[in-house]
Amino acid sequence: MSVTTSAVQATDIVRAGRRRRRRRWIAVTSVLAAVALIAYALSLMVGQTFYSPAEVWGVLTGQRLPGASFTVGELRLPRATTALLTGLCFGMGGVVFQTMLRNPLASPDVIGISSGASAAAVTGIVVLGLGETPVSFLATGAALMAALLIYLLAYKRGGSGARLILIGIGVAAICNSVVSYVISRAAEWDLQTAMRWITGNLNDASWDKVLPLSAVMVLVVPALLLLARDLELLRVGDETASALGVRVERSRLLLIVTAVCLLAFATAAAGPISFVAFLAGPIAVRILGPVGSPVLPAGLVGAVLVLVSDFVAQYALGTRLPVGVVTGVLGAPYLVYLLIRSSRTGGSSL
Amino acid sequence: MTVEHTLAADALTLAYGDRTIVEALSLAVPAGRITTIVGANACGKSTLLKSMARLLSPVAGHVLLDGKSIHRMPTRQVARVLGLLPQSPIAPDGIAVSDLVSRGRHPHQGPLARWTSADDAAIAGALEATGTAHLADRSVDELSGGQRQRVWIAMALAQQTDLLLLDEPTTFLDISHQIDVLDLLTDLNRDRGTTIVMVLHDLNLAARYADHLVAMVDGRILAAGEPASVLTTDVVRAVFGLESRIMPDPLTGRPMVIPLGRHHTITDADAPA
Repeated sequence: MSVTTSAVQATDIVRAGRRRRRRRWIAVTSVLAAVALIAYALSLMVGQTFYSPAEVWGVLTGQRLPGASFTVGELRLPRATTALLTGLCFGMGGVVFQTMLRNPLASPDVIGISSGASAAAVTGIVVLGLGETPVSFLATGAALMAALLIYLLAYKRGGSGARLILIGIGVAAICNSVVSYVISRAAEWDLQTAMRWITGNLNDASWDKVLPLSAVMVLVVPALLLLARDLELLRVGDETASALGVRVERSRLLLIVTAVCLLAFATAAAGPISFVAFLAGPIAVRILGPVGSPVLPAGLVGAVLVLVSDFVAQYALGTRLPVGVVTGVLGAPYLVYLLIRSSRTGGSSL
Repeated sequence: MTVEHTLAADALTLAYGDRTIVEALSLAVPAGRITTIVGANACGKSTLLKSMARLLSPVAGHVLLDGKSIHRMPTRQVARVLGLLPQSPIAPDGIAVSDLVSRGRHPHQGPLARWTSADDAAIAGALEATGTAHLADRSVDELSGGQRQRVWIAMALAQQTDLLLLDEPTTFLDISHQIDVLDLLTDLNRDRGTTIVMVLHDLNLAARYADHLVAMVDGRILAAGEPASVLTTDVVRAVFGLESRIMPDPLTGRPMVIPLGRHHTITDADAPA
């Protein structure tokens, strides 16, 4: 032992380190929350017509203002709320998978879980003619099935992360071809609805889509935030976590179910907004550093990504695009970068 | 230590699928002593250790912690009494040493993880005991193999368990760090009375550091007891299929195994009997 430190000093160092990490986590999370709120507020104010914060506040508090009541209350508010909530869900759901599988490529939109939700939802709308809430549940069921299928195929004989990702990409391809097939058979008036299942779209955001999503979030998000602690412990490996008193199988199952619920309900509300789940986690981890659970920060990054991308998609490019086109443009180069890096190093971590 | 916890395997049969790894094995771990398990690759020693740490459910038989079946006890309750350092734990990217070590406190904390000064003191004590206090704020990624192993042991120490199981804690370490880690574990045993069970590859180190040596062949125990009585040429032949000479280590008096290869042997007449 080259350096001896007295026990008192060591305790101080430990405490100071813990407080420093805690402070950093709180600071980063608060800043991200503030940025998300500002983006939300701006997307209520700015558009073809600008409304002042006072006018927006008036609409939010129930005053009737000519013009603003309709534009802000009926158009922008459900749209921005959908963007905020789906972003939170995609970010949190994505980072759970990426952290649990110790690989940023293991994002639900790469390994077919989001595609499973899409395939079920598009079938529900176009073939079965279901409403929003049944579609959400159908999408959740299918996403869970996709997760289970990937899990069974990949873990049958002690699978590795890379194997799971490759199988997941296969499952994604199957589900995407189901989406394409159903859309190609759809009646023309369904096409607008069905198109949102390809890239994700907020153009037909409405309160009856927000409602099932927010109800599920009220139940699931607190559960996921509690489970985030187990997720942090699982990062040291299954055996070590188990030796530390974590019920590994149970925790992992609960994490998968909660993450899939969020992803599926978000997908049902806005379609599989490309690459948000994939990008949010790594960005949050990069900003946060190794100082605590990335789950909530990743959700906030996801919300900012969707809000900003939707704004760009609506107003910055001259023509109105689906939000997924913009997030796709952001995500695809990162996917290519990760694939190049992982083939070079034989593996990668979040 | 007011309460001595006991750990034993009773007619334990372990299998992965159809493949039986350990069959009807019984073993009583002497409390407050150091037990090392040796055996050839794939003889089931790691599997036995995993099951004794509750990670693998037996097909038949029991692992008994204080006389009760460990596989029926709550994970967290077990984790307060028994710690395990697996062969290859994973350090999360960029994690600070004190952050990693603090994870050892998990079984002692409630669902909301409120940190107490007892937690801080336990973490600090673990860092002190392993000589890693000066690394507390460093990132685990930056450490050498030997330092990293000390940090993992510190995490297990922060758990403050009376029983500590380690699966090949000296693998991938150079000889000086191997001795370093084994001395550290001996300190722990002598100062705190911690019962230690570890799987070791190196026969001579196993014999030197063990109070109780267990030799395994094909999923069963061939011999167990004091190293001097266990480590014989017959046992080495049965366990490893290796001819050897055994003589007392001039430094410690413990048995020392000298393998006989086909080369580099002075004529038989010159060799001691």
